[in-house]
Amino acid sequence: MFSLASIATMSACIFLFGLFFAIVTNFQAMVKEAESGVAVTVFFQEGISNEQIEAIGKEIRQRAEVSDCKFLSAEEAWAEFKEEYFKGSEEAAAGFADDNPLANSASYAIYMNDVSMQPVLVDYLKGLEGVREVRHSATVANTLSDFNSLIGYISVGIILILFLVAIFLISNTVTTGIAVRRDEIGIMKLIGATDSFVRAPFIVEGILIGLIGASLPLVLLYLLYNKLIVYIEEKFNFLSNLISFVPAKGVFHTLVPVALILGVGIGFLGSRITIRKHLNV
Amino acid sequence: MIKLEHVSKAYSAGIPALNDVNLEIEEGEFVFVVGDSGSGKSTLIKLLLKELEPTEGVITINGRKLHTIGHRQVPRFRRNLGVVFQDFRLLKDRNVYDNIAFAQRVIGASVRESRKRVPQMLSMVGLAAKYKSYPKQLSGGEQQRVAIARALINQPKILLADEPTGNLDANNAWEIMKLLEEINERGTTVVVVTHNMEIVRVMNKRVITIKKGVIISDVNGEYDED
Repeated sequence: MFSLASIATMSACIFLFGLFFAIVTNFQAMVKEAESGVAVTVFFQEGISNEQIEAIGKEIRQRAEVSDCKFLSAEEAWAEFKEEYFKGSEEAAAGFADDNPLANSASYAIYMNDVSMQPVLVDYLKGLEGVREVRHSATVANTLSDFNSLIGYISVGIILILFLVAIFLISNTVTTGIAVRRDEIGIMKLIGATDSFVRAPFIVEGILIGLIGASLPLVLLYLLYNKLIVYIEEKFNFLSNLISFVPAKGVFHTLVPVALILGVGIGFLGSRITIRKHLNV
Repeated sequence: MIKLEHVSKAYSAGIPALNDVNLEIEEGEFVFVVGDSGSGKSTLIKLLLKELEPTEGVITINGRKLHTIGHRQVPRFRRNLGVVFQDFRLLKDRNVYDNIAFAQRVIGASVRESRKRVPQMLSMVGLAAKYKSYPKQLSGGEQQRVAIARALINQPKILLADEPTGNLDANNAWEIMKLLEEINERGTTVVVVTHNMEIVRVMNKRVITIKKGVIISDVNGEYDED
């Protein structure tokens, strides 16, 4: 009876954990998406040769925090500018004829693996020979970086609370089990049972509670997640342009082993701690 | 086989339950330990089982000094001792067969070994026909027989019985004592703690009397309570 109550509460804890994990995974995917669009732009000094620009590009690409480095020539920059600002009044742009007003605007757009590394990268780029200007948005980088940290802290906090609650529950179940089976344990010890022989049934019980308590909510979450994504995408069509959900496989690929290890770990720890406390074996 | 040298045991209050006890029991002996309630008899059994540690003195059983046995080695040590209690201490949710086989499982014996040994023990204690019965379906005497079978299945060299007839009527008490005598005749050293002076007188065995934690007499046969 107590085992059933423990499984139910453990399931509730793992369900909450799974729910939170799915939300965090989706948030992180969105943040990552946003991060991938944050670039640092490097402009070169006048009169620099193409070979020098290539050498700078090679050096930048070798850095660990750099995921991509795209070169934009002065001609491409002017073409992009015209496309953006002279659309519909191409004759105004034609006035420039072959005189490229952005002649000195060849640049590298540098993308990072981790936006929190932006200040380090910017310092490095400013120190490079031939670099005239480094443009970046510290606010965007900082906001994304802070948001990532916040998600990390909340995750750790919630996992810790769930972990403690679940250990407390398992501990209660095992304490009751010990009280009920105190006579049996006493007999075992007098007959010559080893400590591990006495502990084993309680540890196995704890692990089973953890395993079952983790498996049930995982199945439920999997079914719910798939249904929820389809529902949101169908009912709130406008959202699909703003956000994209991580597919179930992507979430559960990590969630399943983590939740199972967590369940088994909590079951094992909860029962072992309690046995040590209540049983002098 | 069992040797106590200047053994004392005091509980937290400081009053000694046993005081400077010296005692030697040889292999194959049948010994009664008698005394009033609170005289220290049960403390003696607990010391022999290494449930308690003596405050002073040395206890040697089967050639091993108990203070040299570490916590992890206690289970193996206890397998050399069979124990029987006044309240039988059977597992109520298991039948006779399983109660006896449980002792084999505890020491890691194979199922095949149990299937061979349990029927032997059942016939020795005269309960072969009741192997499927549960403790509550048995009389007190029968329950004690199951407890004795369980204590002996792992072939201990020593059997400790703490008031084994305390919960039994006269007939059952005598049957249990006869069974213990038979077990002793097969070579097991038997130590019986009891209140039952009639049994002690008639059995004509060695009797150790404890009073207020001190051995006041140790006589062989023809026990005189005075």
